[in-house]
Amino acid sequence: MKVLTLNFLTCAVKSCKSSSDSFPLHPKDAELAKDDVEINPQLLANVLPRLDWNALRTTSTELGFPSLPDQPPSPEDLTADEKMLQELHSLLMETQIMEGKLVCGHCGHEYAIREGIANFLLPSHLV
Amino acid sequence: MDYLIRFSQSHETFRRPEIEALALIEGVDLEIVSYSLDSPFCIAKLPSEDAARRLIQRSILVQSIHELWGHGKTLDEVHAAVRRDTPHLWERYMTCSFKFTLDSYQGSRSAGDKLRIINSFSYLGFEGPIVMRRPDEEFILCEDWEFNSTPLGIPDPKCYFFGRFLASGARDLPKKLDLKKRRYISTTSMDAELTLITANIALAAPGKLMYDPFVGTGSFPIACAHFGALTFGSDIDGRSIRGDEKKRTLKANFEQYGILAGLGGMFTADLTNSPIRRRPLQQNGDGVSGRIFDGIICDPPYGVREGLRVLGVRDPEKSPWVIPKGKEMYKDPDFIPPRKPYSFLAMLDDILQFAAQTLVDDGRLSFWMPTANDEDQEIPVPTHPYLQVVSVCTQVFNKWSRRLITYRRIPDQQVDQVAMRKREEENAALVGKTADELNPFRKAYFNKFET
Ligand SMILES: C[S@@+](CC[C@H](N)C(=O)[O-])C[C@H]1O[C@@H](n2cnc3c(N)ncnc32)[C@H](O)[C@@H]1O
Ligand SMILES: [Zn+2]
Repeated sequence: MKVLTLNFLTCAVKSCKSSSDSFPLHPKDAELAKDDVEINPQLLANVLPRLDWNALRTTSTELGFPSLPDQPPSPEDLTADEKMLQELHSLLMETQIMEGKLVCGHCGHEYAIREGIANFLLPSHLV
Repeated sequence: MDYLIRFSQSHETFRRPEIEALALIEGVDLEIVSYSLDSPFCIAKLPSEDAARRLIQRSILVQSIHELWGHGKTLDEVHAAVRRDTPHLWERYMTCSFKFTLDSYQGSRSAGDKLRIINSFSYLGFEGPIVMRRPDEEFILCEDWEFNSTPLGIPDPKCYFFGRFLASGARDLPKKLDLKKRRYISTTSMDAELTLITANIALAAPGKLMYDPFVGTGSFPIACAHFGALTFGSDIDGRSIRGDEKKRTLKANFEQYGILAGLGGMFTADLTNSPIRRRPLQQNGDGVSGRIFDGIICDPPYGVREGLRVLGVRDPEKSPWVIPKGKEMYKDPDFIPPRKPYSFLAMLDDILQFAAQTLVDDGRLSFWMPTANDEDQEIPVPTHPYLQVVSVCTQVFNKWSRRLITYRRIPDQQVDQVAMRKREEENAALVGKTADELNPFRKAYFNKFET
């Protein structure tokens, strides 16, 4: 799954929903793959306001990508900023998490990822 | 100028929602002047020829679009209209190659009649060569005949439309995504034509984010990605996404069609316990922040054959071993947790609430749901104060029918908050009841049809 997906996912455990520690989930033992995808500035501009920027900064650092600025660029700035576009594109659209785990910072639950597909099903005692 | 839209005479109730959605996607000002479910001919006002071409370029249900030169109940009326309204256009086509075609819907003409009718347009004075294959211009006279007109011996059509052919729709696209040639499908895959129509109605387009929470083998994301969207999906059954983990997988389908860039992320999850981040519904949000998707498309399970299941144990006291077993096993990536029965209506309600929380303003939710043909058994269109019904399309089978219902996420400020509070109170009163309520469709299906 693309790293972008990670910005949309939080811990599925009900009692974690209210805790800010449950988002973003933290990749553990992650195996990454890189796809060659043509850059799509229109898509990035669309995605930008839907991102949780702080969560993305955390994810970027945890995956060993260059650190992102404190504040997100405005959609206009982004379209003009070739370097920023390329960085976001490479992180969000080209990088895939193939294997590993996503760990909740609140309850410690680990969601396994296999062949790019994460499993968010919970056992009965956590539903 | 007026244009003639020539629809295919199939999936009739989907045609208008599709073309209206395409007008939004292309930013084309569309005004439908005349339309009827039992005719393939529709007259519309459009700002330009270019707009007309763009409007239908990805339409599955439009066969073609024409610049309308004249129409009427008799051929004489058509000629009068053409002579009155179009002489200024004739000169443009004086020397180009051209051909004349007769399109008789539900009717037929002898070769002699065809020739006579075509020759009656000779006053246009076109002098260019007549070419049957790929002429520069094609002029078409469409005839709308009564059903069964030939055996009934009806002499003339109900009405005629004459115009210049501009462009064809995307009637060939379903063949390209045909299930018969798709690498990975299952019994739940939806046929390519209907998924493409759904993707159109849900406004899938380049740069947009679309999500299917019941993704199965990925039929809807494939159609959306074909139109350039970035797609996401999940399913309670991870095996449906993984397939055989070799050549037959959801991902292999995206590879087959060369649309891998449109595969955002697929994961295993229960919609009623979704990991997608959400905020409580706002009364005054900015229309985007905290919300993620431009469109949600799905074909939820109706539990006709097998009861609907969500995560959980129905009666923990009767099966006490399930929970400790879960505690041991759940870290296994293939762990399949126990499920409890769930009402179809409760599931629909969860989908609506989920859509209200995750769609951006004007984003669309389109889902399929069954409805018994019998009036009494009809399941009403589900409602939600944050969602406005855009269209209800019906596909009729022998003994049952299903609908594609589409909603628009309205801005927070336009929501009827009184209705919202009422909904919350009603839902609170249902707690403890909904989960075990039987699916009414399942009841109707087994009691009524299966004997
Ligand atoms: C009618 S099929 C949809 C098939 C899909 N459109 C395709 O192209 O294959 C319904 C799907 O919903 C899944 N499902 C059932 N209950 C679910 C739940 N509670 N949450 C998420 N998915 C569920 C089933 O596993 C099944 O794959
Ligand atoms: Zn958690």
